[in-house]
Amino acid sequence: MSLIVLASSPGVTLQDEGRRGWLAQGLSRGGAADPVALAEGAALLGQSPGLAVVELANAPARFRATGPLRIALTGAAFRATLRERGEERPLSWNTSHALPAGAELSLSPGEGGFAYLTPAGGIETPLVLGARSAHLAAGIGRALEVGEELAPGPDPGGPADMVLDPLPRFGGGAVRVVESLQTSAFPTEQVERFRRTTFRRDARGNRMGVRLNPGDGTGFEAPGGLSILSEIVQPGDIQITGDGTPYVLLCECQTTGGYPRIATVLPCDLSRVAQAPPGAALTFRFVSRDEGRAAMADHARALASLRGRLRPRLRDPAAMADLLSYNLIGGVVSARHQEDAS
Amino acid sequence: MSDWPRIAPAGVDGMVVSFAPRLSEPANRAALALRAAIEEARWPEVRETAVSLVSTYLRLDPLADPAGLEERLRRVVGARDWTAEPLPGEHRLIRIPTCYEADHAPQLDEAAEIAGLTRAQAVEALATAPLRVLTIGFAPGQPYIGELPVGWDIPRLRQLTPRVNAGALTVAIRQLVLFAVAAQTGWRQVGQTAARLFDPAAAQPFLLRPGDSVAFPPIGADRLADLMRDPGGGISIEPAA
Repeated sequence: MSLIVLASSPGVTLQDEGRRGWLAQGLSRGGAADPVALAEGAALLGQSPGLAVVELANAPARFRATGPLRIALTGAAFRATLRERGEERPLSWNTSHALPAGAELSLSPGEGGFAYLTPAGGIETPLVLGARSAHLAAGIGRALEVGEELAPGPDPGGPADMVLDPLPRFGGGAVRVVESLQTSAFPTEQVERFRRTTFRRDARGNRMGVRLNPGDGTGFEAPGGLSILSEIVQPGDIQITGDGTPYVLLCECQTTGGYPRIATVLPCDLSRVAQAPPGAALTFRFVSRDEGRAAMADHARALASLRGRLRPRLRDPAAMADLLSYNLIGGVVSARHQEDAS
Repeated sequence: MSDWPRIAPAGVDGMVVSFAPRLSEPANRAALALRAAIEEARWPEVRETAVSLVSTYLRLDPLADPAGLEERLRRVVGARDWTAEPLPGEHRLIRIPTCYEADHAPQLDEAAEIAGLTRAQAVEALATAPLRVLTIGFAPGQPYIGELPVGWDIPRLRQLTPRVNAGALTVAIRQLVLFAVAAQTGWRQVGQTAARLFDPAAAQPFLLRPGDSVAFPPIGADRLADLMRDPGGGISIEPAA
């Protein structure tokens, strides 16, 4: 049983939770740009969020399952189509599906953002420095190639056709930040303006970071900021580059940098930045570190409760040819599964 | 009471101890020594540590109460003069053969002129200066090396060089950077090595560690061409004196 890559593009890679512990050697953690989507995919299939999945960074791909395979589709909503015995039907997002042998799955971007295809059992490839995720900036791994066969691990077992309402993070919005090492290098007036500005996410963006356009076009500048000493950089840092434009660093960012940083996005709000489509409005709200830690604890609880929030997909009986053979059995299994998870 | 060292939070899950407002060998050594001490202490809240040029970074468990950790960190930082500490860890000397000729050192003449040296004097200085890895960062395995004599305090280029190759030896602000991957840069290229600084498939993926002594002995272009085909790049590693 494998998943054959029929079509791919440069933004289609294997991702997991990334590699932690290599900062001292200059390697940022990488991993899924939207770790919440990783957790949601894992919850839908009843498996660990540490398994490797396919990430599509605003890029299309097509796959064929050589045998029956459960999958989950999470993250930014792409158009998903299943082609089976010459017939095509759309697949719903934030849902687990049972692909029959020989089925072809097409995924194509909607508004943008990062989409995730999680196979039951994850994709098993050799570990490199403790993880399977591609880190293209570091030269680890590469984009998936046409003809490549992805081998899923053992399916932990469980139902398909379960739905999970995603944690809210799509379409931009308010993002919580704490002061960074260099916030005080900016004049108070600029920090205040930063706080009041509605930014638009620029079309330029990737796994390393996304650029923000200030509403009125006025940039930011720390006096003497271009000669500050290089310091540690972490995902979430909002660095002000030479032209005054803020740039939010994501999971595959560099590990040190000399541009001043006006604020740092809370890790739990970084998915909201990563998933904001081009043009989406983003605002930043400073919180204290205590509030930030409380937000992180809330987020950890929300992730832990995902499995308990699954529900069977309501299907339109008129559109179903396989009511008896499929849905009833799926329903029985899912009821038991929900009990296990509660 | 001096303003330094300074302890400050970085993000919601990090702390940074900075030892100086600008690069100096003692401040870098202090950062390395503090990092080694914190690694040894194995505080439960600490997930990871790293050094920058003159600072030590601690990444913490974001869900743990940091009050106890901050108190312990303040005590440890204040307990001694870290700039007087010896360089921690195993001391290695890494010799990386370097070609300073023609196309392999396109900005050497310019850098030598700013440093007030002839080209030959500049090569002599780069090949014999006592240097060590100050920190590794930006890209995997990429070292910031220092510190060159004051004459080498040359600014970064305003107009970036579109591309230097992996293994390029570059200079600015009394430091050398040896590039781990091909990149655009504002640093001036003064040499070319066959060093592979990061190889994810190797048993030892990273060639250099912060604190390593390094030397860049000169070689000719023919020798460099040979070494480019040698996975080891002609590099020797020995215990430092």
